[in-house]
Amino acid sequence: MTYRVLAAMTAAVLSLSACSDQGGEASAPVDENAVRVGVLQSLTGTMAISEITVKNAEILAIDEINAAGGVLGKNVEAVVEDGASEPSLFAQKASKLIEDSGVVTVFGGWTSASRKAMLPVFERTGNLLWYPVQFEGNECSPNIMYSGAQPNQQILPALDWAEAKGYKSYFLIGSDYVFPRTANLILKKHIEDRGLATAGEAYVPLGGTDFSGVLAKVQSAGPDIIFNTLNGDSNVAFFKQRKAAGMDAPVMSFSIGEQEAQAMGVELVEGSYATWNYFQSLASDANKAFVSAYQSKFGQDAAITDPMVHGYLNVYAWKAAVEAANSFDPSAVRAAAVSLGTIDTPMGPVSFAPNQSLVQTAYVGRLDGDGQFDIIADSGGDIAPEPYDPLAFPGRTCTPG
Amino acid sequence: MFKALLFPGIILLLAAFAAVFLSSYDLNLLARFLSFGLLAMGVVVIWGHCGILSLGQGVFFGLGGYVMAMHMKLASLPDGQIPDFMMWSGRETLPWWWAPFESGAVAILALVALPAIVAALFAFAVFYRRVGGVYFALITQALALAFATLLISRQDSTGGFNGLTNFSTLLGLNLNGPGMAEGLYWVTLVVVALAWLGLGALLKSRFGILLRATRDGENRVRFLGYNPVPLKVAAYAIAAALAGLSGALFTIHAGNISPAMVGVVPSIEMVIWVAVGGRFSLSGALAGALIINFARDRISSAVPELWLYLVGALFILVVTLLPRGLAGLVPQQKASS
Amino acid sequence: MDSALFLNQVFNGFSVASLYLLAALGLSLSFGLMRVINMAHGEMLMLGGYLAFLTLSIIPGFVGLLLAIVVAFIGAALVGSVIQSALIRRLTSRPLDTLLATWGVSLILQQAARDIFGPIGVEVQAPAWLNASIQIRDGALAGLTIPSARLFILLVMALVLGGLALLLTKTRIGLMVRASNQDRMMAAATGIDVKRVDLAVFCLGSGIAGLAGVVLALLGPVTPSVGQSYIVPAFLVVVMGGLGSILGTTLSALILGLIAALSQIFVDVSIAQVLLLVFVIFFIQVRPQGVIAPTSRALDF
Repeated sequence: MTYRVLAAMTAAVLSLSACSDQGGEASAPVDENAVRVGVLQSLTGTMAISEITVKNAEILAIDEINAAGGVLGKNVEAVVEDGASEPSLFAQKASKLIEDSGVVTVFGGWTSASRKAMLPVFERTGNLLWYPVQFEGNECSPNIMYSGAQPNQQILPALDWAEAKGYKSYFLIGSDYVFPRTANLILKKHIEDRGLATAGEAYVPLGGTDFSGVLAKVQSAGPDIIFNTLNGDSNVAFFKQRKAAGMDAPVMSFSIGEQEAQAMGVELVEGSYATWNYFQSLASDANKAFVSAYQSKFGQDAAITDPMVHGYLNVYAWKAAVEAANSFDPSAVRAAAVSLGTIDTPMGPVSFAPNQSLVQTAYVGRLDGDGQFDIIADSGGDIAPEPYDPLAFPGRTCTPG
Repeated sequence: MFKALLFPGIILLLAAFAAVFLSSYDLNLLARFLSFGLLAMGVVVIWGHCGILSLGQGVFFGLGGYVMAMHMKLASLPDGQIPDFMMWSGRETLPWWWAPFESGAVAILALVALPAIVAALFAFAVFYRRVGGVYFALITQALALAFATLLISRQDSTGGFNGLTNFSTLLGLNLNGPGMAEGLYWVTLVVVALAWLGLGALLKSRFGILLRATRDGENRVRFLGYNPVPLKVAAYAIAAALAGLSGALFTIHAGNISPAMVGVVPSIEMVIWVAVGGRFSLSGALAGALIINFARDRISSAVPELWLYLVGALFILVVTLLPRGLAGLVPQQKASS
Repeated sequence: MDSALFLNQVFNGFSVASLYLLAALGLSLSFGLMRVINMAHGEMLMLGGYLAFLTLSIIPGFVGLLLAIVVAFIGAALVGSVIQSALIRRLTSRPLDTLLATWGVSLILQQAARDIFGPIGVEVQAPAWLNASIQIRDGALAGLTIPSARLFILLVMALVLGGLALLLTKTRIGLMVRASNQDRMMAAATGIDVKRVDLAVFCLGSGIAGLAGVVLALLGPVTPSVGQSYIVPAFLVVVMGGLGSILGTTLSALILGLIAALSQIFVDVSIAQVLLLVFVIFFIQVRPQGVIAPTSRALDF
């Protein structure tokens, strides 16, 4: 009996391998005049809602580039893969893109877990990943371009703003994963260093919706302001239960953008604060052109967020670097990318620093009744990226590859 | 006699064929899914032959995977340094329970022994008080949830939600070196083959008969003078040891292990492989693990939304209409199992 | 320790317990009767939540909320009846297979919700007074904050329990349920249609879960996976409660709710979850038959 099962299994594996061989051949670039790039985001699972918008922005940029004649005379062909919100699948799909589909670079990733899982794949194959989301720093791989904010480009500008407003006592609430814990570690060091007080710190499992205990702790600590690194649906529960408990300490959030605010019901979060490097309400012409291009393709009501713009600018930065290097070779592209000078983007002119992170400005916004942010403060110019916070992690630096 | 030789021959041919003809990506997938097969065969022992449904196999998979990952992480570091995530989580020294895994021998021993011991203690606590059946399934599910939650919340010593990743060496060998992928594939294949042979013998032995007797009438076994508790505990520990081995091999092939692989949902997916392949058949379970996971890789690339509907429907159909799984479709020669 | 924090956590313990209980009652009822666990029970909560969202977006305010409770109860009970008659009935005497088959149902329902309502949560617009709170400023209970939504949930829970107790002890159908619960074969022999009793109890249990979904929607977003976050604690409540006993289920929900809330004074929510499981494992060492054990001379139960 077992023997026949094995025979069936043989057939199954053979047919699968056969179909992958066909896939492999079909997927080799047929068009001599095309170059393949990977787009790897979660199209399913819990992260899909956020990552699909980034995928859209990346595809938009690729389409625009092709319409304008491609890169080095070649058409850019996007190979889209689904990371399914699972880190190990991100690693699996990254090696599929590089080794099977033969892409010259990959745009994608959102969670730190997905980036960490992909990192060894990129280092092993020598390929280059363009990562679009703010993160906790403490990493500089030669094979990753980090355009999202480092901690000193998002959370510390928020602390500067709060300190200037006279807030003395801070309560830190986050989802239980790496970004909130590391961000709060850095925040606590800076809060202490400035003679301010950390009133408390609490974490809720990802997707958790019961805040009764956390709110009781906040109430008993009585902070001036809450710094919120909660993710996703937990935010709705938190803001709802906070309102019901009649709590009036203001909230500064690091993971609520336009899309999240509009999806969760604006009246719940109206008046709360957020810090990002981009808001849809930025008044520049470049931003207006981008917003209208995106909305005419993906819906007039589509919200535009910081990670989407970083995804979009990553594609253009890659194009500029390829043209400067006159090559698609990842190491040549990397070398060119950090010496490009400024490139124009919807968030204004930005450039990559030698540590492969983006030099950018931080803005503090206050959420209005339409789900848009009124920009009430900015960092007063570009901030150079610091992957390792000097106060929290003294002596650590990036040694760019 | 001829048949006895034919069978391993087919496997070897097939395996060699796969190693030569599959792309490196697919070969890596095959190796990963073969590792899953180890766990699936363990589920056959406890579920098919002993009637214990465990919805917490991810815990033991995770224990093996994390032990392996801790060893590779330590081996990849210069002396005296701690893994980077500990540093940015505010920890300055290595947790005491990491230290032993610096030794490869300890790690290899522990990746089998640790899951087995944990499983034995847990199973003893539950079975000793004669709690079983549905209760056991529900408690193991809670165990999977608790384990994943614990891993995530102790970020400074477990890597938290990100898990452990970025390994470069294994027992002194460069993981990215030439031929390493093929070599690891063959190692996995040999381990799977040995486990298949060993478990087959085990299930034919007196122990196997007693397991099935316990499944079909636990009290009767008791009245016959046997104590079913140690039997069930032993079976559960064996399945856990296999899950640990499976997790360790998976971690080597995948290059990472994270709480996403050990929680409630992955744990129940592990049961799906076996339900589809056949809960009474070792080969069926192995085939189930391979087929489901290859199908997932292909389908979720093509039509991601479809996958969950398919898995859900497959679960319902197999359980209601085909309780013996795919292996049940194969005409039986004799009523073993 | 801060006494206000302690007071608030005691109250929160009751509040969490009432959610656990509403989620677990249906499971416990049908487990007592049929020995099966419906893994798609959490999705009945989800269904109730989405039905509340739809109802309240058509008819807002308190009337809408009352209507939502009725709609959610009936909607979840109907879906429950389909699951019971199409699947669970066919798998009698295979409780573990029932568990797996209903998990398949759960996956499909979650993905369907994702496709219909989107993967991100929807927010139910509750009447404004439910978003207020009562704050006690002096006296022995100074510092206690009672959100009215949580008070409302306690009230709903009390009504459900009271109603259930009346139904089981004072009505004919209740008599039949209790009879089937005690001895299925004897009940059938006296002419009770046990299969219809099964169906009725399963519908009732699903309906209560739908209702639990409505009150959950008052506290947080309704998401495709909303049921999953309450279902594991609900399972633990069932395991600890004792076979099919309403009183046992209530007590064990209360114990687990208080443990979850009070342990949060000292540890994170994550660790509190782990402590819950550890407690249950220790508890079954002491009382494997549950808080309230059925008196039976049967060897296998």
